[in-house]
Amino acid sequence: MHAFTYHRPTSVADAVAKRSADADASYLAGGMTLIPTLKQRLAQPTQVFDLAGLADLKGIVVTDGAVTIGAMACHADVALSADVRRVIPALSDLAGTIGDPQVRNRGTIGGSLANSDPSADYPAAVLGLGATIHTNTRQISGDDFFKGLFETALKPGELIVKVSFPIPKRAAYMKFPNPASRYAVVGVMVAETAQGVRVAVIGAGACAFRLSAMETALSKSFSVAAIKDIAIPADDLNNDMHATAEYRAHLVGVMARRAVAAIA
Amino acid sequence: MGNFGIGQAVRRVEDKRFLTGAGQYTDDINKPGQLYLHILHSPHAHADISSIDTTAAKAAPGVVGVLTQADLDALGIGDILNLAAPPHKDGRALEVPARPALARGRVRYVGEPVAAVVADTLANAKDAADLIEVDYKELPAVVDIADAAKPGAPLVHGTEAPGNVWTHWQLGDEAATKAAFEKAHKVVKIDLINNRIAPTAMEPRGALAEYDVATERYTLIQGSQGSHKLRDWFAKNILKVPLDKVRVISPDVGGAFGMKNFLFNEPIVAVVASKLYGKPIKWMADRAGSFLNDAHGRDQINHAELALDKDGMFLGLRVSSFGNVGAYLSQFGAAIPTMAGCAMLVGAYRTPAAYVDVRVMMTNTAPVDAYRGAGRPEAAYVMERLVDKASRELGIPAAELRRKNFIRPEDFPYKTALGHKYDSGRYAELMDAAYKRADVAGFETRRAAAKKNGKLRGLGISYYVEACAGGQGEQPHLKFDADGKLTIIIGTQDNGQGHRTVYAQIAADAFGIPIENIVVKQGDTDEVPTGVGTGGSRSIPVGGSAVRATLLKMIEHGKDIASNLLEASAQDIEFDAGAFKIAGTDRKVSLKDVIGASFDDAKRGDVKPGLYAAETYAPAGATFPNGCHICEVDVDAETGELEFVNYTIQDDLGYAMNPLLMEGQIFGGAVQGLGQCLFEHAVYDKETGQLMTGSFMDYTMPRAGNTPRFNYAYTEVPTPNNTLGIKGAGEAGTIGATPAVANAVIDALSAVGVTHIDMPMTGLKIWQAIQSAQSKSAA
Repeated sequence: MHAFTYHRPTSVADAVAKRSADADASYLAGGMTLIPTLKQRLAQPTQVFDLAGLADLKGIVVTDGAVTIGAMACHADVALSADVRRVIPALSDLAGTIGDPQVRNRGTIGGSLANSDPSADYPAAVLGLGATIHTNTRQISGDDFFKGLFETALKPGELIVKVSFPIPKRAAYMKFPNPASRYAVVGVMVAETAQGVRVAVIGAGACAFRLSAMETALSKSFSVAAIKDIAIPADDLNNDMHATAEYRAHLVGVMARRAVAAIA
Repeated sequence: MGNFGIGQAVRRVEDKRFLTGAGQYTDDINKPGQLYLHILHSPHAHADISSIDTTAAKAAPGVVGVLTQADLDALGIGDILNLAAPPHKDGRALEVPARPALARGRVRYVGEPVAAVVADTLANAKDAADLIEVDYKELPAVVDIADAAKPGAPLVHGTEAPGNVWTHWQLGDEAATKAAFEKAHKVVKIDLINNRIAPTAMEPRGALAEYDVATERYTLIQGSQGSHKLRDWFAKNILKVPLDKVRVISPDVGGAFGMKNFLFNEPIVAVVASKLYGKPIKWMADRAGSFLNDAHGRDQINHAELALDKDGMFLGLRVSSFGNVGAYLSQFGAAIPTMAGCAMLVGAYRTPAAYVDVRVMMTNTAPVDAYRGAGRPEAAYVMERLVDKASRELGIPAAELRRKNFIRPEDFPYKTALGHKYDSGRYAELMDAAYKRADVAGFETRRAAAKKNGKLRGLGISYYVEACAGGQGEQPHLKFDADGKLTIIIGTQDNGQGHRTVYAQIAADAFGIPIENIVVKQGDTDEVPTGVGTGGSRSIPVGGSAVRATLLKMIEHGKDIASNLLEASAQDIEFDAGAFKIAGTDRKVSLKDVIGASFDDAKRGDVKPGLYAAETYAPAGATFPNGCHICEVDVDAETGELEFVNYTIQDDLGYAMNPLLMEGQIFGGAVQGLGQCLFEHAVYDKETGQLMTGSFMDYTMPRAGNTPRFNYAYTEVPTPNNTLGIKGAGEAGTIGATPAVANAVIDALSAVGVTHIDMPMTGLKIWQAIQSAQSKSAA
């Protein structure tokens, strides 16, 4: 890796101030993307601000209506939290499918969302459950957060502090993992929430997106039969050596049906 | 003997060291003041280099030197050698293209080493490498066999080999095979792709080189499959110095799979730099570098035809293949698709006539060489898929067709139409045992039940036979210390198999001493006088038999000493259960006393001091491990995902020295075989020549969750070709698994009209095959 200066900021304010002062600096959350990129010499930040020591970014709180997860909570924390499993088992399940045990014990929800990898799992939870992203300056609706390939609504230096997930009536996440990387070739979160049925897809497009045709159909009848004839157009879906756009389009349908079947 | 001798499932004596992190691999060893070598790899698949400017790199912080091939040429360093040049069928010799350690004016594959930086830290070396300015002029590139064979394809080495065909080699009797096909009742044909594999040893390649000015001696520490070969190549071909000026030490080795047999670019640079800069030089491949520049495996396309009579008896086999050997000929690269495996194409069957022709193709890809099985897995894959296809086309059950044509126990030794003399086997008996254990009789019931759960159940069988453990002998040295400790010095090289345990078992068995009292030394050319190394599943069959032959010689020496102690004739002395005794009496002397006497001038008599021996043992011929793999899978037709339901193996590996370690070899091998069949594929982009599978993010390794629980059993049919009757276990699992899994997938998909699929049979490919079959049936 190239040389850089490593810092451990003492507070969110301290981290944001220092990071915002240097356009070529980077936050370090769990490092599951940044560190491999550094090792491959593809990233060359001037300074790295390690968020690991910030107590404000930790913790999982379950209230009557929502699960709020600190940005630096690692995937294993979420997967193994009895509170999360009690109220949103689909979120526990999703966190438990990310990477392998090493990744789950390092990677964080904040890091994953800020990166907006098209194949990462958490965006499906944010979009599918209608979560809100809390940053150091504002709250961003999950629906407004993902803007494109590795692109989010975050401004330079803006830091995710926590994410709150409204507790759905029922929800399920189905994932078809890439056999090599275990990232999602396709992942689908289906949820019945207070605001209606939500169906969110990751892996298939440039970033997480919702499937309104399925949401409408499931709102009328929450059943596999209601969505079985909904064709997913392959145009604009990701196409790589592991999965063609057609295969992804097909898998979106399969994963959505399996998610519905699991909770219908 | 006892709990530790031959045939016992002894745990590895190595385990404690390895499992507690006390192993010493190349990267665990460091020398004071060592410098770090970093290689600049070619970013292009094919390009002329008009200039390399190293000025800025040389001036960078911490840099001690920057090397290009011009420097190596000025020092008289030799090019990387080739050891296999199968001739053209018209008798012309294969022209071997030069392969310098660093690119000489042209690069021919992405990742080819171009320049080298030596610096005080690896980070400084990498930073400096970014400052090397290479002026590339890109040339059209070709990465796969089909494209390389097209008229007008880019030529990897200019006009040296028209059509990129380096040799068009043949084996067998063309006329007799033609005649057999002319009288055939039925000819079954198949076209197959044998996918390119990246070896991915857990421990990447590495080197630590040191030059001693006082003795003018080079020492190279490098994980390998045999330090003597490396020593010889470095001395004779690379450095052009006497043998005694090079010492090679192979410490613990974390997986090799054929790939660590070879001479690669980077250690040459490390060795040269160690003298040039007067400091030890460390080089370790990272994973990305391993994918780019380890010798890859497989990469063939095969067209095969089987001629059968009306009863399903095989009349003839004709195979026409292309083997991609990459941009340069690695040491045995050209042998793998030709001499190494083709003679095994006839498999386990009496096939009276056979003919094979192979075009060895060069492309703008990393060199290809031996990978676990080295040509025999490719051969078994061709024949076992072809036999399965014949079974379907003729409507003869797979087992019946195989049984009809199997070489029978009474046929051994059996000379095949492609020239091998098979040693021994009871093929039908093993297949029957496997069928019974796999409950093939109950398969249709299970298939129907799986169908109710929406799964396509398939059953696949392979009956593999392979050739190994022939060729050169091994010469161990065994000696007892005065305290009773036995040292076995041998030139094979453990890469994780557990050789130390098995050699110790063989000696413990013979001498009646505890396994803890035995030390096995390997890997250091200063400590081990000679060695052929590990490869071709030879270490235990050949090395083990050589240990046995040597210890028998020691026992003879011991009898001479015992005869003096017992005042009897040496001819009357027997050795048994740890004691020398006068035959037919109860007068005896213990091994311990004989060892003691051997160092005692007053007691040992008129024989050489000490109790030691060296003996050369070479096998009488190759061995032919064989067995039946039966694989049962469920395919999820909606997603193409595959799950193993059952996996049964019935092997004949000759006598089992240590069933636990033997199973380990077979399971690991079978996982590599199913890895090739279902997951692994080294892919180059056809347009750019870039390696698309350059990390584990894209190169799919089989994981524990992807592998079956093997139901394993074996039948010991000894080989007459070595003393211990061992056939070898290192590669057999890989050879048997690939076709069995493939046949199971085809069987599962046959229910939806799929008749063919190529490896790797990924979820995507399986789904596409189902889609394509369904659209055909709908049309």
